[in-house]
Amino acid sequence: MNTSAQISNAKLNRRLLKDKLFTYAIIFLAFLSSVPLFLILFELIKKGYKQINISFFYKVAPDTMEAMVAVKNNEIIPGGIANGIVGTLIIVGMASLIAIPVGIICGMYLAENSKGKFAGVVRFIVDMLQGVPSIVLGVIGYIWVVKPITAGFSSLAGSVALSIMMLPSIVRSTEETLKMIPGTLKEAALSLGVPYHKTMLRVVLPSGISGILTGVILGISRIAGETAPLMLTALGSAAISTDITEPSSAIPLLVWEFYNDPNLVDMIWSASLFLLILILCLNLTAKAIAKRWKVQY
Amino acid sequence: MESTVLEKKEVEAEVKAQPYKVNNMMQNPIEKIESPILNIDKLSVSYGGDKYSINDVSAGIAKNKITAIMGPSGCGKSTLLRAINRMHELYPDTHNKGSVYLGEEDIYKMNPILLRRKIGMVFQRPNPFPTMSIYDNVIAGYLLNGIKLKRKEKDEIVEKSLREVGLWSEVKDSLHNKGTFLSGGQQQRLCIARALAYTPEIILLDEPTSALDPIATAKIEDLLVKLKKDFTIVLVTHNMSQAARISDYSMFMYLGELVEYGKTKQMFTMPKDKRTEEYLTGKFG
Ligand SMILES: Nc1ncnc2c1ncn2[C@@H]1O[C@H](COP(=O)(O)OP(=O)(O)OP(=O)(O)O)[C@@H](O)[C@H]1O
Ligand SMILES: [Mg+2]
Repeated sequence: MNTSAQISNAKLNRRLLKDKLFTYAIIFLAFLSSVPLFLILFELIKKGYKQINISFFYKVAPDTMEAMVAVKNNEIIPGGIANGIVGTLIIVGMASLIAIPVGIICGMYLAENSKGKFAGVVRFIVDMLQGVPSIVLGVIGYIWVVKPITAGFSSLAGSVALSIMMLPSIVRSTEETLKMIPGTLKEAALSLGVPYHKTMLRVVLPSGISGILTGVILGISRIAGETAPLMLTALGSAAISTDITEPSSAIPLLVWEFYNDPNLVDMIWSASLFLLILILCLNLTAKAIAKRWKVQY
Repeated sequence: MESTVLEKKEVEAEVKAQPYKVNNMMQNPIEKIESPILNIDKLSVSYGGDKYSINDVSAGIAKNKITAIMGPSGCGKSTLLRAINRMHELYPDTHNKGSVYLGEEDIYKMNPILLRRKIGMVFQRPNPFPTMSIYDNVIAGYLLNGIKLKRKEKDEIVEKSLREVGLWSEVKDSLHNKGTFLSGGQQQRLCIARALAYTPEIILLDEPTSALDPIATAKIEDLLVKLKKDFTIVLVTHNMSQAARISDYSMFMYLGELVEYGKTKQMFTMPKDKRTEEYLTGKFG
């Protein structure tokens, strides 16, 4: 009796040890996977902080001569990325304006008709869309908007391309969120004689607001850093451009331009740092909303 | 409230005194109700195809009484109840034969919005609107249908409805908190208040207490008995003693058919149909 108890004790200890080792291994690996992010941040801050001052936010990108002179005199490069910030705000804003209503309505349709044939087709297409390379969406924007509508590169074309890109995340998050909402909620409204469309818009949708908003913000953060589709659509612009039928700059486009100009390479770091922080903030906001605004049924 | 207790004792005494005997089999097991508020006329409902979930149901619903619908699971109780305010039409392939008359009006020819204003519904699980305050939940019928009310009218409706369900004193200081923070029983009373606030003539309840504990259940039962003064109540219940305690009339359904319908006391003491008797004595179901 006694010995067998001891044996099983020893066995148990071995198992507990294994368990512990396993847990530590997982923690270590998880830590390892977050190392790149910190390295990137560290690198960007180290190389980019000098460039970030007030004029960074309100001055347009410097031309190569200004930059060359500054570099020669060992000064920081003058100018900022205001044309990129404004461009990104306009392009991403318009893309959201297109994609949010379409995506939410589409997601609502999928949640309501989860077994329908047409819904199956739509869901398949949305999944496919998720996998379309962004440069291809740029080509689409070029064919649909640049050539026939704005007769030249334009921020509108960039918005169209990016709106297609953010659509899947909105559609799927709306669908998943609405599917989780108990059907009794809808019944409660309908049993009060509330018409179907009002039930959906004023009862069901608000109950899923946190999940839907999370999807929207993740969609925005996904497109905010996109470069390839904008090269074929918004093209870039040295000045601040608010006309949506005209070419426009964007923060990621500026990073690419700085990379291509030997005199401006020092600007890469600050512009990248700003973009990265912007996207990190969006992600954190999404997380906070998912937590804070969660509706309890 | 006292009368319920009495009634309960009476029924139980009678049940004990008389072992079920099948009374005159020739008697029609469906009692005719004089001047009913609602008349169900040869109603059959299908969720699609030729299979009917309820078949040829005819019954009058007595005004200002509680009518209980009983029967084994899947016999069509919910289907019948939902057909009365057309909630079954949520499922796309439903079709029905026969009809239901509210007074002289065929409900299937009425505007469903008006119909549901006259016939309210309370569900098995409490379902207050999670994004709305207690206050807004009570007047949700008005808010969501875009019916404008003055501040004073709203206050009056909210207070009156919450008093009627006995929730006023419990929540009067937290009217602007979310309704979902209440206990299950309080939530269910809030849902009843929401239905009452919309001034229906009839309230349909589908197993309103099956998700609640005994104390909350007792509160709701008392409430229903009190409410029948002003409203007509139709209640689906799995709980036979609940039906015996609070209902005036009872329906027994089996396989989509209305087998027996009559005064509750009568049905519990002298069921006319063999299947009712078997169900009430727990031989099946
Ligand atoms: N949405 C639906 N689609 C197809 N058939 C349905 C649907 N809802 C119910 N039915 C069928 O209709 C019949 C009656 O169902 P109903 O829900 O009315 O029963 P019930 O008496 O309320 O049962 P329970 O006591 O379990 O709630 C059942 O055979 C069920 O399978
Ligand atoms: Mg049911």
